[in-house]
Amino acid sequence: MTETSLNDRADKQQAAHGGTLKMTARDVDVFYGTKQAIKNVSIDVTQENVTAFIGPSGCGKSTFLRTLNRMNDTVASARVTGDITLDGKDIYGADMDVVQLRARVGMVFQKPNPFPKSIYENVAYGPRIHGLASAKPDMDAIVEKSLRRAGLWEEVKDRLTDSGTALSGGQQQRLCIARAIAVDPEVILMDEPCSALDPIATAKIEELIHELRGRYAIVIVTHNMQQAARVSQKTAFFHLGTLVEYGDTSDIFTNPRQTRTKDYITGRYG
Amino acid sequence: MSPALFLLLVAGLAFIGWITGRARAARFTGTGANRPHSLPGYHGWYVALWALAPALLFLAVWGFVSPGLVDATVTATPQSAAIRLDPADLTAEVRALGTGALTTAFHPEVVPLVPVFQRVQTHYDVIGGVVALLLAFAGGAFAYTRVKPDFRARTRVEQLVMAALLGASLIAVLTTLGIVLSLLFESMRFFARVSPIEFLFGTLWSPQTGDSGTFGAVPLFWGTIFIGAIIAMIVAIPLGLMSAIYLTQYAAPATRRWMKPILEVLAGVPTVVYGYFAALTVAPAIRDFAAFVGIPGASSESALAAGLVMGVMIIPFVSSMADDSIAAVPQSMRDGSLAMGATTSETIRKVLVPAALPGVVGGVLLAVSRAIGETMIVVMAAGLAANLTANPFSSVTTVTTQIVQLLTGDQEFDSAKTLAAFALGLVLFIVTLLLNIVALRVVKKYREAYE
Repeated sequence: MTETSLNDRADKQQAAHGGTLKMTARDVDVFYGTKQAIKNVSIDVTQENVTAFIGPSGCGKSTFLRTLNRMNDTVASARVTGDITLDGKDIYGADMDVVQLRARVGMVFQKPNPFPKSIYENVAYGPRIHGLASAKPDMDAIVEKSLRRAGLWEEVKDRLTDSGTALSGGQQQRLCIARAIAVDPEVILMDEPCSALDPIATAKIEELIHELRGRYAIVIVTHNMQQAARVSQKTAFFHLGTLVEYGDTSDIFTNPRQTRTKDYITGRYG
Repeated sequence: MSPALFLLLVAGLAFIGWITGRARAARFTGTGANRPHSLPGYHGWYVALWALAPALLFLAVWGFVSPGLVDATVTATPQSAAIRLDPADLTAEVRALGTGALTTAFHPEVVPLVPVFQRVQTHYDVIGGVVALLLAFAGGAFAYTRVKPDFRARTRVEQLVMAALLGASLIAVLTTLGIVLSLLFESMRFFARVSPIEFLFGTLWSPQTGDSGTFGAVPLFWGTIFIGAIIAMIVAIPLGLMSAIYLTQYAAPATRRWMKPILEVLAGVPTVVYGYFAALTVAPAIRDFAAFVGIPGASSESALAAGLVMGVMIIPFVSSMADDSIAAVPQSMRDGSLAMGATTSETIRKVLVPAALPGVVGGVLLAVSRAIGETMIVVMAAGLAANLTANPFSSVTTVTTQIVQLLTGDQEFDSAKTLAAFALGLVLFIVTLLLNIVALRVVKKYREAYE
């Protein structure tokens, strides 16, 4: 029996013991111009767990997520201070290549954003730019493996040449997950991956997150607290740019230490 | 009393109508279900428009009808019956003298008729003016009586405004139609003299005075395409696209702020200035260069000079269309690509440009249609010799150049030589129209892809 097929309770107990450190953040501040969006956040992302970032809109959870693969570099006014490491190496250090970093730390966005290319080409995009497959059969194998892992293969295997944008919203999002998986990342960041989807598509993505857990370290931003409770083992609650509380999901939801966390979880604000 | 005075009076009546209608409606009270339907201002406008519209319509019609009546009355006078002149010529001359368009008469015998004409003219002007005033008053009064709390003045006024807007847009459409028709009719006169087959497929272009000469327009079509669609585009497409990529993807906001307006200034430079530049600077330089490297057939007016300068002129079109299309590719595409570990240049080459391609193609087609219709640069720099050659250093001529050539100077407008200009214009019009239609369709289809 594999680790992922254990029941939930056991999962949570194991999570309580922590896991292998994958990424660490220490004293991270993020500024947009002169406005401080993230204040002094320290957090650990572990290999075995799904980490959820929750909090009201504008609390900085997405901003913080984007520091983990340096997507904030694309915003000219953004400035990040503090230390963020991946396997102990500073990702903002001089010897870290952002291209390599993003190949290792993949990302799935809020709105499904497949490229206006065929389904096949969408998945093959990453392997091509990183030169992961030298021949057509290798690429075919990567595409199939990625689509299978994203739970999309059976639905699209007969129409790989159709445009990725012609799929339904939920399928598009799974295609984006397949695209992220295709470069064989170590960490997958998901920025509210279900907020544009209907409940059935959401359920499929959540199921997929369960299946991917363990193989990849997963960080998911969500404003849906039930979703955080369902898919994650670790939860971080952000409010006004600060990390209010971070711990095992079961503790955060049943026994929060901070009143702000408790108020948010019980729906008093946000 | 002049027509202008009557117009002023009608406007005054309309103004009074506005004031009184509004004042009457302002006294309406009532709340809830009895609330007056329209605001007082709408009632005011309703009355004013009723005063204005029928009177103005009548004056417009009267403007067409009254000259005929005036002429008929003048011809019917005993004085004119004595003059042995064609009635149409007679009235035309009297009218010209009477309105001051002509100072001395061709036929002295018509001079006594001038006061008669002026008297009759004034007579009909007064009739028209009075009728217009009566109409304005009647219309205003009618509308005034309809001003009641439950009268839907707002709806009526808005309908009329909509009709006026429709009319405004129809003017543009009808003008286009008129241009097409005039081109068509003149071209038909040309094709009655020269066979369309010869015109469209003949390779010798040598129009002579009158109906003689040969009218094979292929060298002109070739010259137009060679300069406008080939040489100019070889310059404009890469430069325009690359500048758009730089401006949208690499330039710092501060750089973009000053560079983009300067690039767009290029589009505002009068084409005649480009023409000087092509003829006085670029063309001699190219000729000297060709002579230096020993290319034969180099002339001081070359396809290359005109094409290069035209290409530069077109850069802002291509660049701004490409800029728009690239900017219209959602940021999420760019993020998606960058998050996969793609570099900026990979993202541009593999995601942004392919996604923006239809928009870019549309922009290029619009640029081509502009380039082939462009006149001043080619008139000044491309030359007049209708050569069918692929040598960019030799002189070629274009459709627009030849149109200018055929119609300038003293020309009679019923010879094949001048009519050929209309046939050329028609061909040019059809080609640019098709290019525009295709370009707009391409751009539209592409817009739908992201909505």
